[in-house]
Amino acid sequence: MKRLSSIFALTILLFVSCGKKESSGDDFSKPTTETPSSEPSSTETSSAATDAEKYDPHRGEGKYDKVDLGAKLDQAMATEGEKAAGVKCTSCHKLTDEKLVGPGWKDVTTRRKPEWIMNFITNPDPMIDKDPAVQAQLEICLVRMPNQGLSDAEARNILEYMRKNDGVK
Amino acid sequence: MKNKFIQSIFVIAVGSMLFTSCKPKDSGDAVSGDAAQKAYVAPGKYDEFYNFVSGGFSGQLSVYGLPSGRLFRVIPVFSVDPEKGWGYSEETKPMLNTSHGFVPWDDLHHTEMSQTNGEVDGRWVFANANNTPRIARVDLKTFKTAEIIELPNVGGNHSSPFITENTEYVVAGTRFSVPGDYVDGDVPINTYKQNFKGHISFVKVGKEGEMDLAFQIVTPGVNFDLSHAGKGKSHGWMFFSCYNTEQANTLLEVNASQKDKDFIMAVNWKKAEEYVKAGKAKKQSVKYVHNKWDEKTHTATSETKNEVLVLDATALKDICYMIPCPKSPHGCDVDPTGEYIVGSGKLAALIPVFSFDKLQSAITNKQFDGDYSGISVVKYEAALHGEVKKPGLGPLHTEFDAKGNAYTSMFVSSEVVKWDIKSLKVLDRVPTYYSVGHLCVPGGDSKKPFGKYMIAYNKITKDRYLPTGPELAQSAQIYDISGDKMRLILDFPTIGEPHYAQAAPADLIRNNGQYKFYKIAENNHPFAAKGEKEAKVVRQGNKVHVYMTSIRSHFAPDNIEGIKMGDEVYFHITNLEQDWDVPHGFSIKGANNAELLIMPGETTTLKWVPDRVGIFPMYCTDFCSALHQEMSGYVRVSPAGSSVPLTWSVGTNQPKI
Ligand SMILES: [Cu+2]
Repeated sequence: MKRLSSIFALTILLFVSCGKKESSGDDFSKPTTETPSSEPSSTETSSAATDAEKYDPHRGEGKYDKVDLGAKLDQAMATEGEKAAGVKCTSCHKLTDEKLVGPGWKDVTTRRKPEWIMNFITNPDPMIDKDPAVQAQLEICLVRMPNQGLSDAEARNILEYMRKNDGVK
Repeated sequence: MKNKFIQSIFVIAVGSMLFTSCKPKDSGDAVSGDAAQKAYVAPGKYDEFYNFVSGGFSGQLSVYGLPSGRLFRVIPVFSVDPEKGWGYSEETKPMLNTSHGFVPWDDLHHTEMSQTNGEVDGRWVFANANNTPRIARVDLKTFKTAEIIELPNVGGNHSSPFITENTEYVVAGTRFSVPGDYVDGDVPINTYKQNFKGHISFVKVGKEGEMDLAFQIVTPGVNFDLSHAGKGKSHGWMFFSCYNTEQANTLLEVNASQKDKDFIMAVNWKKAEEYVKAGKAKKQSVKYVHNKWDEKTHTATSETKNEVLVLDATALKDICYMIPCPKSPHGCDVDPTGEYIVGSGKLAALIPVFSFDKLQSAITNKQFDGDYSGISVVKYEAALHGEVKKPGLGPLHTEFDAKGNAYTSMFVSSEVVKWDIKSLKVLDRVPTYYSVGHLCVPGGDSKKPFGKYMIAYNKITKDRYLPTGPELAQSAQIYDISGDKMRLILDFPTIGEPHYAQAAPADLIRNNGQYKFYKIAENNHPFAAKGEKEAKVVRQGNKVHVYMTSIRSHFAPDNIEGIKMGDEVYFHITNLEQDWDVPHGFSIKGANNAELLIMPGETTTLKWVPDRVGIFPMYCTDFCSALHQEMSGYVRVSPAGSSVPLTWSVGTNQPKI
């Protein structure tokens, strides 16, 4: 009995000391303002890493749940996408199936769901850590795809350019 | 027997009292058991404060975390820094331009953060160059030196940079009075009293931080040491400590410590501003430069200016007043209420505290003690709030907390003394290791000190760290001041010789629009290559411009041929990364300036003049990915007059073989 109560007391102590730390406000590792979506924060990455079992390899991880593609190609978007890719992507990716620094883009839109592509190109780090296909790719390329700070519009335009590359008319 | 026992206990007690009041010999003596816990910041956790520390003779500004004492960054300001290409890249060279030409080094003594309503606002840190007088503004969105302005008529810009409560002005006083640049300076040195003058500079600060030398006040020749702005009720006034009021010009250690009292000069800068507006300032022709960094073109420009407005303090009787202050004052510090001005005489055995209200009534009632070379001297007692008696030896600098306490560093007796500003009673004292200079309390010179920590910046470190030759890193020490007693919690080594420092809550800085990378779309560098398709090599006579890109893990182009002896090659490298903390480096064999370190989205230029024919490897100097070692290329240099065509490529061999 005596023993039990001392364990109980110890538990309270532990609990209290934990609680105290929480409320002290000394943890500066959490941003006080919302991180804009274009800037992935390391805290996002690490909290996401804890629920790896929830990872959906078809959708990937990021803010895109559903991406609607037109039946036909949006030529204007594809043109904008080509420009953005010229600045941020094609240093490392060829349009063919040939690997440069990263894999070639040929047929990427038939191999991957649009949500997956949008999530990966805007939020690569957690997916490189979790996605089995990306991990397999990393063993070949050995370079983690950098986060190129794509805006939502840039990412969507690049996806359209990838579709054009895959023959969508 | 019993008596003897009691006696011996008494002796031991007295003995140990004496012992503890002496400077502890052992480095651990002043540290209590839980000190490590108080300074510990777990891996992955952030510090509570940023600490911006002057680098002294290193010429740079260092950024530490509080309470961990971890070094986060060294920001190059007045000295070249090959690590970052500062002063070596074509874009940064103009930042170190002066009226004396390119000056690769200076002595950075004090840092001062911008303020709004007398509170630290986290926008900028200002810093002084002592040797070739300049003031720099460091932008805290980029942690980069954004601007440097030179000061004419000044020798040893020590009393600098101190700011007014809304960052209206950054103020600087000359350490060495010298003949003004606008008069004939070819005079016998022993005519100091007649020909040498002090100039204090008021540099206006604009909304975006841009600096402009608004006016100077010419004073009798003295040495200005430090300064602080009034605040609250004393807003509109600025206070400068003066030594060598003997106006000696040789063996100052004897000849400039003759008088029992030197001065604190009180300047009514609002009045001075009115006089400037009323046209009472003389236009003087001088020469100084103003260097600005452009965040969009990633390039500095240097502009030479030829005029300054000068007000004469001895002709305009109501802008400057001298307050007697014992003896060779160094610090001149204003408390958070703006009422008390603390003078710290390096050679004095007390700390005089002046009252702003009493100073005002002394001026109104003309309670003067004659004049000093034409400037009214206020009666000591008329301006005095009181003296802190026997504070220690060599009071140097005072900072404040939010609870009405002052903390004064004692250079000679190596200690910090805490005292009550109103009652002037000494409350506590702690040893420092050794010869403490300035102190810093976060916000400690503002209207709103954050208290909590006090950092002492020391001149001597021996007995603290493992020996490293004849020299040791200088040290700083962090004290917890949240309780009644100051408690040492950590030593940490510093770069150069730390002087003044400033600190602000981490959130104020890191949530203030801080850059993580440069957006490539906003890169307006004239030689930027935004994407590999823009990579190219262009010949203009004997100048060859290489528009190069870098990304994990290659350069484009990575093979260049057709460079000839006699060419000047400019590598303009654009880092295409848009992920933060991924700079790339660039270096080429035989480059006799330095390497480059190019931030994500930035364009930086290295000038290279090949000195011989051959193949020159170039490579990335910052380990950037698993294929970093592969991030390299070749430049072929042919003899002058050779017919090798200018070609460049990435991923193909040219000509095909
Ligand atoms: Cu690299």
